Amino acid sequence: MDDFLNSEGITLSPRVVFPNKTLPYLLVAPQLAITLIFFYWPTGQALYQSMLREDPFGLKSKFVGLANFRKVLADPAYLNSIKVTLVFSLATAIVAMGMALLLAVMAEKVVRGKGLYRTLLIWPYAVAPAIAGMLWLFLFNPSIGSLAYALRGLGIAWDPLLNGNHAMILLVSAAAWKQISYNFLFFVAGLQAVPKTLIEAAAIDGAGETKRFWTIVFPLLAPTTFFLLVVNTVYALFDTFGIVHAVTGGGPGKTTETLVYKVYNDGFVNLILGDSAAQSVILMIIVISLTAIQFRYVERKVHYG
Amino acid sequence: MKLLGFAAGVAATLTLLSTPSAFAATQISWWHAMTGANAEVVDKIAKDFNASQSDYEILPVFKGTYPETLNAGIAAFRAGQAPDIIQVFDVGTGVMMAAEGAIKPVADVLTSAGMTFDKSQYLPGIVGYYSKPDGTMLSFPYNSSSPILYYNKDIFQKAGLDVNNPPKTWNEVWEYAKKIKASGAASCGYTSTWLTWIHLEAFAAWNDVSYGTNQNGLAGTDVELKINAPIFVNHFQALADLAKDGTFKYGGRTSEAKQIFLAGECGIFTESSGGLGDIVKSGMNYGIGQLPYDSDAKGAPQNTTPGGASLWVFGNKSDEEYKGVAAFFSYLSKTEVQEYLHQKSGYLPVTLAAYEATKKSGFYDKNPGRETPILQMLGKAPTENSKGVRLVNLPQVRDIENEEFEKMLAGQQTAQQALDNAVARGNKAIQEAIGN
Repeated sequence: MDDFLNSEGITLSPRVVFPNKTLPYLLVAPQLAITLIFFYWPTGQALYQSMLREDPFGLKSKFVGLANFRKVLADPAYLNSIKVTLVFSLATAIVAMGMALLLAVMAEKVVRGKGLYRTLLIWPYAVAPAIAGMLWLFLFNPSIGSLAYALRGLGIAWDPLLNGNHAMILLVSAAAWKQISYNFLFFVAGLQAVPKTLIEAAAIDGAGETKRFWTIVFPLLAPTTFFLLVVNTVYALFDTFGIVHAVTGGGPGKTTETLVYKVYNDGFVNLILGDSAAQSVILMIIVISLTAIQFRYVERKVHYG
Repeated sequence: MKLLGFAAGVAATLTLLSTPSAFAATQISWWHAMTGANAEVVDKIAKDFNASQSDYEILPVFKGTYPETLNAGIAAFRAGQAPDIIQVFDVGTGVMMAAEGAIKPVADVLTSAGMTFDKSQYLPGIVGYYSKPDGTMLSFPYNSSSPILYYNKDIFQKAGLDVNNPPKTWNEVWEYAKKIKASGAASCGYTSTWLTWIHLEAFAAWNDVSYGTNQNGLAGTDVELKINAPIFVNHFQALADLAKDGTFKYGGRTSEAKQIFLAGECGIFTESSGGLGDIVKSGMNYGIGQLPYDSDAKGAPQNTTPGGASLWVFGNKSDEEYKGVAAFFSYLSKTEVQEYLHQKSGYLPVTLAAYEATKKSGFYDKNPGRETPILQMLGKAPTENSKGVRLVNLPQVRDIENEEFEKMLAGQQTAQQALDNAVARGNKAIQEAIGN
């Protein structure tokens, strides 16, 4: 990104300068104020809280330095939660993107009523995470769910209340289902940008449909796929709290307790504020490094049309 | 954390803005967690109190579930915007008691307003739980409940069991449950809500065995859990064994199992007495029995302890506000108000007079099961083991217990392992919470 800005900004175009000295600052001020109030201030508070140990009411508080971080990182429950988060995020991103790509390719092939298919496929995106969670919870409820009934008919002892794998499958289904529409939209747009001439030329050369997809369409979709990978990972990491809260509450045992859910549970249910703040600081570090890595290394390998 | 405070501040401001201005009356805010029929009871009591006098105006505000209400109260306190009265559930009692600088004991509120507080008029089991070891009452019991046994009479009939004789001991429950399952009368024999409350906390009191040291935490905050004693292990191993073939069916950590019972899947069910409303509404042919006890326990059944919630008063308020709170609490104690609360919501009356009046009115003859929780609680004078469980971090300890139970019911560990783990993890969490 930096290279791009430098070459574009300095060598090619003449520098545009505001005649007024204060106006630029005034124009940037609202954005700065928002960032300060909604990012830097809470971040500062979280950092400060993460070094305190105090009772829920804040009557007694003690500065403990990095003790909360040491405690959190040595806690087997926290390490378990990292593992759970990895499994959940990867599974959600893969399922959501794979399904969306499949649907997008199929929808491209439809000749009549293409618009209708697309509209219907985009709808689930409008559903709130907690509602999506409840929907899947009902479908897979061991007592009253219609899909659970079907699974039992197939001889599968479906029990997400006690079986951790079943609970994880349920969570991933709900989280991925909600994200498929969003991915679908971008894949459809990406597919339309693939030049028809290339595909036709390959067809004339005798490449089959599968071959055409993997050698021409898929590589040309790489920028879209990369963008969606970032968005889906961030979604699975942070936007799925509502689904976890509604569907499993972190159970059974601790098999579906993701990092974000643990921050909530330790802070707001168990009222251990220092631990919770330390965890949210760690989470922030994870996001910052994840984003940096993705843009620095992965993006270079992506071929932009 | 600040965000919570901010949200609470906004909520408080909105509340103030939305209230009709009453110039003369001192306003008393009351944050609660009641929904449905119970929320209507709150609103009616507030309205009637406001109409009964003109000095004070009570303003009930719904703040979400029990944990959400407690969190909202804590956040508001930290932001300097605490309400006058907050409803806190039984498990949060230890949290509130540990916050001595934040609250004002109800006993002080009443006496400084020039009122006398006669403890003997209240149900001893309930008042005892909400008092300090020295007897000072800290919070006002608003809604109390007790776990009882429900059973589906149609399923009993199909299984060839006596519909008028519900099981009295846990061994009988296991035996009946197996019969129900084996006869095909239902796909499951027994289910229960709140394993932590019913099968650990109430189980300990009802069978007169210790849940933890220091009188289960009532005499001091430094508690060592005792829930891996043989009587608990045997009980949970029986549950785990029954879970293997589905004779016992797990519903979830809180009251989810009610749906299983209402759907007619299980024949026997243990739940709070406050859950009666939904069972009545479902039109099921149901029966009620006392909470089962362990036939190996000496002196069982002892007495059960109150679940539900109580009203706490925050500190640093004006004298005028405290007078209003005191006036409201004495109104709440009135026999007719308590009678209404008890009969309408299914919670227990907190005064003996209200209990007697309800009895005299013939209410229990028409609704026989409604007296069961009161009789359970009044049965015997409470012992060191049966006054309740109080931990500064009971919500966290319950979470730990639930996690271990789930692993046990999934067949990953035995009852002995589950309870040993719960004790080890629970003790560690308690020590951290009290600052050691």
